[in-house]
Amino acid sequence: MRSVIRFMFRGAPVEVSGFAPHTTLLDWLRLLARATGTKEGCGEGDCGACTVAMARVQNGKAAFLPVNACILLLGQCDGAEIVTVEDLANGGSLHPMQEAMVAHHGSQCGFCTPGIVMSLFTLYHEGQRPVSRNAVCDALAGNLCRCTGYRPILDAALDVCATPTLDHYSNSAERVAAITGLDDGGDVFAGDDQGFFAAPASEDALADLYLRHPEANLVGGATDFGLSVTKGLAEPRKIIWLGRVCGLDESTTSATELSLGSGMRLADAAPLLARLHPDLGEVMRRFGSAQVRASGTVGGNIANASPIGDLAPCLIALGASIELRRGAGTRQLALEDFFIAYKQQDRQQGEYLRRIIVPRPLPEHSLHIFKISKRFDEDISAVLAAFRFTLDGKRVVAARIGFGGVAGVPARARKTEIVCAGLDLSNEASWAAALDTLDQDFTPIDDMRASADYRRLVARNLLRKALMEARGGKLSQTRLQMQGWSNAAE
Amino acid sequence: MPPNELFPAEETLSIVRKSSPHDSARLHVRGAAPYIDDILEPTGTLHIAPGLSTLACGKLLSLDLRKVLEAPGVVCVLTAADIPGANDVSHGLGDDPVFADKDVSFAGQVLFAVVARTRDEARRAAKLAHVDIEPGKPLLTIEDALAENALVLPDYDFAHGDAKAALNLADKKLEGMLRIGGQEHFYLEGQAALAVPGEADEMQVHSSTQDPTELQHVVARVLARPDAFVTVETRRMGGAFGGKETQAAQTAVIAALGARKTGQPCKLRLDRDDDFYMTGKRHDFRADWAVGFDAKGNVSAYDVSLNARCGFSVDLSPGVVDRAMFHAANCYYLPTSAIRSKRLRTNTVSATAFRGFGGPQGMLAIERVMDAIAHETGLDPLDVRKANLHREGADTTPYGMKTEDADVLATLINRLETSSDYRTRRAAIARHNAQSPIIRKGLALTPIQFGISFTLIHMNQAGALVHVYQDGSVHLNHGGTEMGQGLFTKVAQVVAEEFGIPLDWVRITATNTAKVPNASPTAASSGSDLNSMAARIAAGTIKARMIAFAVEEYGVPADRISFRDGIVYIGNTTVPFPELAKKCRQGRIQLSHAGYYKTPKIAWDREARKGRPFLYFAYGAACSEVAIDTLTGEMKVTRVDILHDVGRSINPALDKGQIEGGFVQGMGWLTTEELVFDGKGVLRTHAPSTYKIPVASDVPEDFRVALLDEPSREATIYRSKAVGEPPLMLAISVYSAILDALHSIAPGHQVPLDAPATPERILMAADALSKLA
Repeated sequence: MRSVIRFMFRGAPVEVSGFAPHTTLLDWLRLLARATGTKEGCGEGDCGACTVAMARVQNGKAAFLPVNACILLLGQCDGAEIVTVEDLANGGSLHPMQEAMVAHHGSQCGFCTPGIVMSLFTLYHEGQRPVSRNAVCDALAGNLCRCTGYRPILDAALDVCATPTLDHYSNSAERVAAITGLDDGGDVFAGDDQGFFAAPASEDALADLYLRHPEANLVGGATDFGLSVTKGLAEPRKIIWLGRVCGLDESTTSATELSLGSGMRLADAAPLLARLHPDLGEVMRRFGSAQVRASGTVGGNIANASPIGDLAPCLIALGASIELRRGAGTRQLALEDFFIAYKQQDRQQGEYLRRIIVPRPLPEHSLHIFKISKRFDEDISAVLAAFRFTLDGKRVVAARIGFGGVAGVPARARKTEIVCAGLDLSNEASWAAALDTLDQDFTPIDDMRASADYRRLVARNLLRKALMEARGGKLSQTRLQMQGWSNAAE
Repeated sequence: MPPNELFPAEETLSIVRKSSPHDSARLHVRGAAPYIDDILEPTGTLHIAPGLSTLACGKLLSLDLRKVLEAPGVVCVLTAADIPGANDVSHGLGDDPVFADKDVSFAGQVLFAVVARTRDEARRAAKLAHVDIEPGKPLLTIEDALAENALVLPDYDFAHGDAKAALNLADKKLEGMLRIGGQEHFYLEGQAALAVPGEADEMQVHSSTQDPTELQHVVARVLARPDAFVTVETRRMGGAFGGKETQAAQTAVIAALGARKTGQPCKLRLDRDDDFYMTGKRHDFRADWAVGFDAKGNVSAYDVSLNARCGFSVDLSPGVVDRAMFHAANCYYLPTSAIRSKRLRTNTVSATAFRGFGGPQGMLAIERVMDAIAHETGLDPLDVRKANLHREGADTTPYGMKTEDADVLATLINRLETSSDYRTRRAAIARHNAQSPIIRKGLALTPIQFGISFTLIHMNQAGALVHVYQDGSVHLNHGGTEMGQGLFTKVAQVVAEEFGIPLDWVRITATNTAKVPNASPTAASSGSDLNSMAARIAAGTIKARMIAFAVEEYGVPADRISFRDGIVYIGNTTVPFPELAKKCRQGRIQLSHAGYYKTPKIAWDREARKGRPFLYFAYGAACSEVAIDTLTGEMKVTRVDILHDVGRSINPALDKGQIEGGFVQGMGWLTTEELVFDGKGVLRTHAPSTYKIPVASDVPEDFRVALLDEPSREATIYRSKAVGEPPLMLAISVYSAILDALHSIAPGHQVPLDAPATPERILMAADALSKLA
């Protein structure tokens, strides 16, 4: 059992103990390390001014992930290297990305610039070449700039990413050794029984610890939990971070299903989901931002039980189930049954989400997923609608319909599903009954993102659109844009 | 005066006209450019957090701060009772309290502040106050205020001819109402200030402000000390956009009050949500309009009432609403017009300056009208616009100023029409829409004519301070502030050009009220026009003294002395600039000068509604293409072409940056940026999670921006034109293109669409139109 957390910073290992469990990385950087290059713009992981790179070892290489330091807990840095904007210049010379930002006039007020440089630094190190303009936009979806209109920043990124990755972070043998050397594979427990930041290394240790402290906060990526600290001013005493639990972030695939560990980061799950269906890939491309996907986990998005999480409605339409574990016992249930009411779930004291089992779509399935939000990228859905029709020629045999944003929980449109069964796709006039039934399934919420009327009308129109697409026809006739995950940087 | 008598010949210029990078660019990219919160804190610095009202209206019965005071780390609290001077941060009218005292006027108003050892402790303690407010009935919407005729200032109007009569006589007449949303500045660096107390009640304030001089006055007034006791310094802002003109004052004053009370340095950096709640935004408007015109789209009469929601206090509303009126005709000749305005008082945060300063709202209304005329007559909207442009003999604005160079805009529009391939694309879009029931495309080309000068005449002045040191390096200071626009770079270019020295010999220094006093805010797009001129006068004066010295010293006539590339050419001799500087000092020549400039020609008599409020106009036009999804209301901007008039650019890259950035910001205002207040007046979109400014993918890949590059016809600095605000209004083309796309659903019908055109508004309009088709 280790009682300190360890990470690399400025080329040397740092050990921290005696910290409040909810301390954020940004506060540590700015207030303790006095590293003020990293800025706070919003304190909720939406503007990206606080973006830093977190280096971890993946497949024997150092991988640089963009993270929002403002909502990342300091404890989550355990076993990683933290690279900030001050690290990039090498001696007297700027990093290629920094040089390009200057040459292309990519900064005006300069306040968002450190975060943008760091996001682009991680894109540069993904190593994928060529890099498309869309891929740069995806890498920057979580970085707001209010001055430039982004064009010069995109040009700077495309310019540098036209060349192979070559900087003082390219040769990673030493770095890999240093980062690997941080981890002893054992459990971390910083604090005492009254208050702690714990990072168990195995599922058994997790199950045991959570049974003993069922009131503790389970934290995946903290992309939502972090806001309760920075905005809600919560002072959670006990935090169990799932990021070190061996195996919890793994996936398995079979001919019939895909199983995602609950600790799997959204960025890692995205390509697997994209392979199930391009619409899922598009949802994942637009999911939060690169920073949110690099920290946030599949399990966190589901176990949070938010009515506006994007994964649940998609996976409900696909017929997914989940596996929960408490102590040594496990159980499975249908995903939609997990959600009881607003932020309330069928989860017992000390029980945690282990994995999500997603059946692969079959050839007779026709899948259509739509994410509707005020802004295309980095926005919470006003409506997320996912339709899986089972077709027999031009006839709908069965339907599974998942919706987000229209009720207090992600939910199935069960009544509409029933009416959909038997629909003749070639007779559009016959769809009316199904369209009308949607109103009986939900009473949409009314808030600052969208009115209830808008949500109701959009839900209806999306069902119509899904049926039109199921009937056949070019997507360009029904969709404004469809980039999909494949174009995005993986 | 021909240009060569004012400025050197173009071919001799070596520093201006060059796309030098922003002076801080290399610091920005390394995170090495300090903003207020990055300044190394003096020992003992304390931190402040504000306590806000959650109610929009009421009487403050009691403010129990005992629990706040008992909270860990708390040093003291600040309330109205702690103010030695005036409880007022307004710029004169006395209606903007630092802390609400008796009346609570909006949700988000500051009631008190907590001073603590750390920012975290201060924020937590601020939540512990027990506030007792007797709730009143708030006026929240424009309709609420209209019903009660609740005003912050009297109505104001101007007219040209008899619009009422002309409307009655017109062949065709349309009436309409357009709601125009406000906008949050969303500067990336929130409001922040660090106040450091000095001896004998002196106060040094580091503030992220566009108006250090006004801040100095306000701090002095609140602390009840003379102005000379207060020094305000601003090196840079992390964005401002008008939001740090008056709105920086409250944050700085609270920091100064804390410093005064504790005797220790105090810092206040607002949390983003508090910043949203506490500080003013762009005014939202309701424009009620009527227009008379003929079958060819020629306007004969325009009558518009601009109803502005000013919030609870006056702030800058007089100037903002006046400017909306000045731009109510945009670039169009209105044979008769009635431009009316109401400055409505509501229990919402006081609306304030925002890039364009009312101009965008006035302009949007008439551009909306141009599209309405096109939809009514069946004409192409561009033809309607072109038919009504100012032209010789039809060049008088509704406020009586002539548009002397209307030909510039006409030429610009024609060039853009050709370069954007407008007519061909118009036909292609019609073909597309005929075959695409769900995804509709739209196209629009809209112009702008934006008046340059503060309409408050006395503000059109600037000072600069230039020192030449004996090693030839130059210290530059002026009253303008750097908020990202590149002002410091442009002014340094002008000074370096004057001395004929490399740009990096000019050291740019922080704006400081002790160096250049009585400055105007950096606003109204005037930064470069005013401060570059003042700096050039300062540098030119020093240069003239150096030349006079060289004439004596070397016996060479003045016309054979020139400054180039760091060398002074004196007849057949060359002397390095530093060497001449050193000689000048030894020769007892003053190498420092305070330059001063005031804008010529301008005058405006508000009572008589007569004069020339603007030195000149900046012009531009944009052609935008969009696609909308008529089943969801989603919208994508697919191509934008811009041709913009910056005169002869001092720095083309920085100007292009202003154009692109301004356009995208305007696009946000008109599309995704929606301020939602709930029924109790509480802002529900108070953070980037709910308030959506454009991200990278919202910017069209096909984005073509060009500068007109024609010299200003007025004697502006190096014949350049102001560029800060005008480009924002180029984004009206996006809104207009959305109207065009929607119009294809039911041609001939008017499109019911307010701004911002969110997916929800677009869908509701599409749904209404499809029922008419």
